[in-house]
Amino acid sequence: MNAINRLAAVISLASLLPLSAVAAANGMVEVTHWWTSGGEAAAVKTLKEQVEKDGFTWKDNAVAGGGGAAAMTVLKSRAVAGNPPGAAQIKGPDIQEWGALGLLTELDDVSRANNWDALLPKKVAQIMQYDGHYVAVPVNIHRVNWLWINPQVFDKAGAKVPTTLDELFAAADKLKAAGFIPLAHGGQPWQDSTVFEDLVLSILGPQGYHKAFVELDEDTLTGAQMVKVFETLKRLGTYMDPNRAGRDWNIAAAEVINGKAGMQIMGDWAKSEWTAAGKVAGKDYQCVAFPGTQGSFAYNIDSLAMFKLKNENDIKAQNDLAKVALEPRFQTVFNQNKGSLPVRQDMDMSQFDACTQKSAVDFKEAEKGDGLQPSMAHNMATSLAVQGAIFDVVTNFFNDPKADPATAVKQLNSAIKSAK
Amino acid sequence: MSTVATINKASPLDALQRWLPKLVLAPSMLIVLVGFYGYILWTFVLSFTNSSFMPSYKWVGLAQYARLMENDRWWVASKNLLLFGGMFIAISLVIGVLLAILLDQRIRREGFIRTIYLYPMALSMIVTGTAWKWLLNPGLGLDKMLRDWGWEGFRLDWLVDPDRVVYCLVIAAVWQASGFVMALFLAGLRGVDQSIIRAAQVDGASLPSIYLRIVLPSLRPVFFSALMILAHIAIKSFDLVAAMTAGGPGYASDLPAMFMYSFTFSRGQMGMGSASAILMLGAILSILVPYLYSELRNKRHD
Amino acid sequence: MTRSLAPRSLSFSRLAIYSTLILACALYLIPLIVMLLTSFKSPEDIRTGNLLSWPEVITGIGWIKAWDTVGGYFWNSVKITVPAVVISTLLGALNGYVLSMWRFRGSQLFFGLLLFGCFLPFQTVLLPASFTLGKLGLASTTSGLVLVHIVYGLAFTTLFFRNYYCSVPEALVRAARLDGAGFFTIFGRILLPMSVPIIMVCLIWQFTQIWNDFLFGVVFASGDAQPITVALNNLVNTSTGVKEYNVDMAAAMIAGLPTLLVYVLAGKYFLRGLTAGAVKG
Repeated sequence: MNAINRLAAVISLASLLPLSAVAAANGMVEVTHWWTSGGEAAAVKTLKEQVEKDGFTWKDNAVAGGGGAAAMTVLKSRAVAGNPPGAAQIKGPDIQEWGALGLLTELDDVSRANNWDALLPKKVAQIMQYDGHYVAVPVNIHRVNWLWINPQVFDKAGAKVPTTLDELFAAADKLKAAGFIPLAHGGQPWQDSTVFEDLVLSILGPQGYHKAFVELDEDTLTGAQMVKVFETLKRLGTYMDPNRAGRDWNIAAAEVINGKAGMQIMGDWAKSEWTAAGKVAGKDYQCVAFPGTQGSFAYNIDSLAMFKLKNENDIKAQNDLAKVALEPRFQTVFNQNKGSLPVRQDMDMSQFDACTQKSAVDFKEAEKGDGLQPSMAHNMATSLAVQGAIFDVVTNFFNDPKADPATAVKQLNSAIKSAK
Repeated sequence: MSTVATINKASPLDALQRWLPKLVLAPSMLIVLVGFYGYILWTFVLSFTNSSFMPSYKWVGLAQYARLMENDRWWVASKNLLLFGGMFIAISLVIGVLLAILLDQRIRREGFIRTIYLYPMALSMIVTGTAWKWLLNPGLGLDKMLRDWGWEGFRLDWLVDPDRVVYCLVIAAVWQASGFVMALFLAGLRGVDQSIIRAAQVDGASLPSIYLRIVLPSLRPVFFSALMILAHIAIKSFDLVAAMTAGGPGYASDLPAMFMYSFTFSRGQMGMGSASAILMLGAILSILVPYLYSELRNKRHD
Repeated sequence: MTRSLAPRSLSFSRLAIYSTLILACALYLIPLIVMLLTSFKSPEDIRTGNLLSWPEVITGIGWIKAWDTVGGYFWNSVKITVPAVVISTLLGALNGYVLSMWRFRGSQLFFGLLLFGCFLPFQTVLLPASFTLGKLGLASTTSGLVLVHIVYGLAFTTLFFRNYYCSVPEALVRAARLDGAGFFTIFGRILLPMSVPIIMVCLIWQFTQIWNDFLFGVVFASGDAQPITVALNNLVNTSTGVKEYNVDMAAAMIAGLPTLLVYVLAGKYFLRGLTAGAVKG
C-alpha cells in the first residue's frame, strides 16, 4: 500500500504543483459550519472579527444544505483524510460519537480559566463534555416547542390564542372558515418531525416524551397515546396548505408574516424572520408555547466541537475561539440574530425581546422539573440513525393521505428497533 | 489479438517500443485498479461490518443486507430508479431520435435550432433542478401562470403528489439530456450512406419506413453511445433530486444514490449505506456486463 | 452540406416539421427565459407577477448581489477546471491510442473495466478517496480536487478517443511502423493532427462535467477554495432570510454562463466532432 501511495504521489506531483497548504504563522482556526444565511451569517461574522482582533486567522468553511447534512459529509471525509478543521458545528449526542473516535481535543485550560462550570446550565455542560472534559463550546439554546401567531389574522377570523390542542383545532376552524391558511408549514422531513415531536410532548407529557425518544421504550412507542399522536398529526395536516411539499420553513413563516396564514409551529429561530420583516414581538406577533406543552422546554443547542490539532499556534487560535464564543458580546449579537437564548446564565436579558425573555423564564422553570427535554427532530435526543428512522416513518405517514395511525405506530417501533 | 506481435523484430529499441504502450497505459491502469475497483472492494468489505458513524471493521455477516431488505424506503428508492431510469432513457431516446430526423430534413437555421436543443446539457443538475422546482411549483410556477391566463381548472401539482413526483424528475432530466441525444443521432445520420436510401426510395419505400427499417438499424453504435451516456446521467441524477425534491414529499422521490448518501453520511449507518451501494453496483453490473461483452466482442477493428 | 431525403416543397409535411421544431424550441427555451426574466425582476415583482411576465422595472440588483456572493468563487472553478480538463484529455488521448492501435493481451478487459467506471456512483468513492488524498497530503487542496477530477474523468475521455481512433484505418499506422516510426512519433505526427474534432468533443464534455460538479467540490475543497457550484448551493440553500429568487437565478446564471458560452460558441465543433467518429463504436 505504501509503495502505491508513493507512486501515486509521484504521479500527482508530476502533474500538479502545490502540495498541502502551509500553516499560517500566527495560528489559524478553520471553522466548518452551516450558518450561511442572513442573521446567522452576520452572527458568525462577529465571531470571526473577534478572533481576528485577537491576532489569529479565521478560515471560513461554510457548507449549506440539508440542515448540516452536507457539512457532515465534508467533516467525515476530512476526518478520514486525517485533516479535520479546528472547529466544527457539531451538536448533541454527535459530540459523544466524535469524542469516542478520539478526534476531539480537551478544552480543560479554557474552560477552567473562564469558569464554564459556573456559567453553563448543568444539562448543557454535560452535553459539551466527553469523558468528563469539555470538548465543545455551546453558543445558544433554541426552544423548539413554540407556536407563532399573527394576531391581526386571529382578530379578523375571531380566533382565540390556543392553550390546549382542542383550542388549537377550534382556532384553526375559525381561520379556515375566514379563508386563511390556518397553519403555515413546509413539507420537509425535519419540519414534519418538529410538529410530531411537539404533539408527543403535548399528549404524552415530558415524562412520556423522555420514555419515547430518549429511552426508546417499546410500550410507550406502541401505546394508545402514540396512536393518538399520529391521529392528531393527520388532523393537523388537513389545516395546512396541500402544496407544502419541499417548502422551506422561512417561506412558510413569510405566509404568517404577510397575513396569509394564521399560525406556524416552529422553533424560536422563526423569530429571526419576524425581526427581519421589522415586526415587534408581543405587538405584531405572538409567541406561545405549543398548546399543551406549557412548562416544557424542548431544547436544541448549537455548539462548536474542537478537533485535535498539531500546530501550537493553531491550538492557540482554537482556544481563543472557544473563549470568545462564550463572551457576552458574541452571545448577545449571535442570539439576537438567531432568536435563541444565550447559553450563559449571567446575561442581562433586558437587551432581548419579549419572546426570548419569556423563553429564559420558561427554561429556568423547566430545568427544575422534568420539563427540560432534548429535541428529537433536532438531533439532541437520539443517534442520527434512530432519528432518521423516525423521520422516515413520520414524514411518510404525514404525506400519505391513506396512511393508518395504528400501522404507523408499528412501523415506528420496528424502524427504531432496526436502527438501534 | 496483439497487433504488436505481428511485426516484432528483435532489438533493444524494439523491446522498448513493445513495452511503451503498456507503460503509457500503466498510470491509468493503476488509477482504475485503485480508484475504481480498490474503492469498490473497500465498500464491499464495509457492507459486512457494523460500521455506523465512521468505518469500523467488526464483521456482522449479511446483517446489513437483511436490514436493507426490511427497509421500506430502500424499496421505494429502488422502484423509483427503475421507473425514473426507464422513462428517462426511453423518452430521451424517442425525443432525441425524432428531433434529429426532423432536423435532418434540410432545415433553415439548423445550427441555431440545434444550439437551442443542446444548451440544457451545459447546465449543472443543480441549476436545472432549481429552475424546474420553481416552474413546477404548484401555486407559483406554470400552475399559477396558466390559471392567470384563464385556464381556471388547470392544476399541476405533481411535485407535491407522492404518486407522481417521479414524473417531475423525468421531465427535468429529459429536458436536460434529450438535446444531447439529438446531437448524437444527428451526427450519426450525417454519416449514413445516402445511396442506400435513394435506392430504397426508388424501390418505392416510404420515408418513415426507410428510417425505421434501414437508417436507424444502421445507427446501432449511436444507440450504444447514447445509452451509455443516458444511463450515466440517470445514475448521477443525485444532484437533480437533491436540488428539486430532496427526496420528498415524504421519501416518495428517493433514489438509491440519495439513500446511500444519506445513510452513509448524514445518518451514521455506514454499513447499511455500503450495502445499498453494493446492491446498486450489482444491479448495474448485471445489466451492463452482458451488454458490454457483446458490444466489445462483436466490434472488429476495421 | 446538409443533404435531404425529402422534396423541398412547402407541403403539409414540411409545415408540420417546422412547427414541431419551433414548438420544441419554445419548450427548451422556457426555463432559460424564466430564469433570465426573474433575475432582472425586483422581489416585489416576483411575488405579484407570474413566471413569464415582463419585469415592471428592469433591475440589475439581483446580478450585483449575486456576483458579490459567488463571484469570488468563479476563479476557483477556473483554476480547478482548466488543469483537470487538459490533463484528463491528454491521458484519454494516449489511452485511446494504445487501446485502438497497440492492443495487447488484456487491453480489451482493461477497457471494459474502465467503461464500467462510467457508471460508478461517485458517492461510493468519497470516503476512500479522502483517505487516499489525506495520505498523499492533498486533502482540502485545489490540487487534490484536480487529481480527483482527472481520475474520474478518465473513463469518458478514454472512451471518446478509443472510439475515434478505431475508425482510423489501421493501414496508416502499419505503414508508418514499417517506415520505422516509433510509438510517440506515430501518435504525434499521424493521429494527433487528425484528432481536432474529437479533442473538441472531449474538452467540451470534460469542461461541463468538471465545471458543473458539486459533489467532489463540496467534499474535497474547503473554505475559500470552493468552486462556484458550492457557493451557489450555499446561496440557494440558505435556511433563513427572505428568499431572493432574483439573486438565486442571477447566481445560477453566473454559474452556468461559462458552460453555456462554450456550448453556444463551440457547439458547431462539438457536432462536427461527433460526426467525425465519436459516435461510431
